[in-house]
Parts: sequence; C-alpha cells; structure tokens
Amino acid sequence: MHKTSVPGVWRRFKNRYQIVGTQCETCKTNFYPPRELCPKCRRGGKISEKKFAGLGKIVTYTRVHAAPAGYEKQVPYAVAIVQLEEGPMLTTQIVDYNTDELKIGQSVRATFRKMYEDGDEGIIHYGTKFTPIRES
Amino acid sequence: MNPIAQYPFEISVEKVLKSSMVADPLTLLDCSPLTDGAAAIILAREDIAKKYTDTPVYLTGSGQASDTLALHDRSSLTGVLAAKIASEKAYKMAGVTAKDIPVAEVHDCFSIAELMAIEDIGFVSKGEGGKFVQDGQTKIGGKVAVNTSGGLKACGHPVGATGIKQAAEIVIQLRGDAGKRQVDGAEIGLTHNVGGSGATCVVNIFRR
Ligand SMILES: [Zn+2]
Repeated sequence: MHKTSVPGVWRRFKNRYQIVGTQCETCKTNFYPPRELCPKCRRGGKISEKKFAGLGKIVTYTRVHAAPAGYEKQVPYAVAIVQLEEGPMLTTQIVDYNTDELKIGQSVRATFRKMYEDGDEGIIHYGTKFTPIRES
Repeated sequence: MNPIAQYPFEISVEKVLKSSMVADPLTLLDCSPLTDGAAAIILAREDIAKKYTDTPVYLTGSGQASDTLALHDRSSLTGVLAAKIASEKAYKMAGVTAKDIPVAEVHDCFSIAELMAIEDIGFVSKGEGGKFVQDGQTKIGGKVAVNTSGGLKACGHPVGATGIKQAAEIVIQLRGDAGKRQVDGAEIGLTHNVGGSGATCVVNIFRR
C-alpha cells in the first residue's frame, strides 16, 4: 500500500522548493509567491504557472544577530529582499557570501538549502536561499 | 521625564551604539523593549463627557489605512505608505495640517521607525527626518515635541496598550498636566500607531 511521508507531501509544493510562481497573462505581471488572482486585472486576469530563473539582485539586507527560535545556530545570518529578474521581490537568506558581497545591487542566484530543524530529532526543513554570483 | 516609563532615565548615544547588535545596524537599545503595561481612556459623546469632566479632550480627526504585510511587496522601503494615507485622512477630518501640530506620539518601535513616522505624517519631507531630530526640532521647545511619554523605546511597548497609551499622553499634554515634560500651550496633539510593520496605521488628532 502506498504511504505518504511528510517530506513527500512538502515536495509537492512547487513554490517552496523551486521558484515557481504565477503570471497574469493579461498584464504580464509575475507573482511570487503565486497568486491565483491578479490584483490589477481582477476577473479580467488570466493566471498561469511561471517558473522563474532564480536570478536577481539584492534590494536591501541586514545581518540578524538575535535569532528567533530555530535559527539560533545560524547567527549572524544575512537576510535580504531580493528582486528577481522577472520582477517579483522576495525575502530570503543570503548564504556563502564574502562581506563585500553583502551589498545593495549584488547579483544573486537561488540555491537549495537547509532552513531550520525542529529540535534534534525533528524534521529538517529545506527551502530556497540565495548566494552571490561571482564573475569567473 | 516620564516617571511611569519603563526606562525613566537618560540613555546616551554611546550606550545605544555599544549595546548588542540585533539586526544590523539596529542594536538592542534601538529596539522597543518587551513591556507589561496597561492604559485606558474613556470615550463619550460631548454632552455626556461634560457631565463627568470640565476638561474634555476632543477627538477631531481619525484616519486608518493598510498595506501589504510583506515588506517585499511594498511600494517603498523608506516609508510607510499606510501612515501617509492615514495621516492625510486624519488631517482632513480635523481641518488642520501637519504644521499645526505642536505635540505628537509616534510609533518608534525601532529608531528608524520614528524618522520614517515624522516624514510619513508630514512633519518634514522625505529624507529630512534625521536632520530634524538632530537639530532638536522634536524636543520640547522644538517645532513639534515628539514622544514626550518616552515613546515605545523608553516608556515601553505593551503592544495592545500602546495606542491607548499614546492617546492618554496627548490628553495629559492638552490638559496641561504633563509636569516637567509639558509642551507649553499645546492645543492640538496627534497620535500615530502602527501594526504589522506598517501593514496598518491609525492616526488620531485631538484638540482640547
Ligand atoms: Zn493582470
């Protein structure tokens, strides 16, 4: 008999593990997290799924030193608002950065990472973070 | 100056800068504390209020506005749009402008929030808040006395009680009962309260 696992259920939420949102085909506005309704076009909007490239730029950032529960081990960690190339903005952690790369305008790309743990024996939650793009 | 504040003593700039970092560049003393507290006001129609007090204070303007909860969906990160709209509504209802306000209580949950607040509600134009405070214009005796109660950071921030506490402070000011922190001759006062990091804002204007 088929059994479902908790991670298996979570994996089905595309927008949690990949940057999949929606687009209003009427006005071409992109949404992440996905919206089922375009706030501009309302009923006149036609919504379809849209996968984003996962590339963007840092709009603003901070380094968190006093963490909420579950994030204590990660301090200090960087949190930023990133604007995707396709337009939407999202709040995300920035990882694997050199100090001089944590700046407004820095190009970043999405990366799949561990988010937090529910204690030592609980589930490990995964999701998307962003990391600087280096010219090589 | 407020004897019932949570921190009723002076805190130097140096002490703020040296306190532990919370979220770069905000240190512990840039953030409002966790507070237990309570506040109350009695609201009544004018004719009823006059049966109970000879010094009623009138609520002459009230405005509310909301915005997205997520900061990344806002049109600006250097202001709170809801505060701008709420204050415009309140000024219109009260028939006054920002220039007419001599005393105000604003939601300074973090240091930056006070600067954004005084810009959003029109005491200064965008980007001028820091200089205005540095020049002493928000002190008692300046253009507009801001947070004579101590604000959220010094008086304390018992979240649900904060908005009423702001109104209570303005009532005390307008009645001339504020003692050492009295703003001389204040006839009009304003409160600016924010929820959800700016997702909602209420601005009230009072007159004695
Ligand atoms: Zn649309």
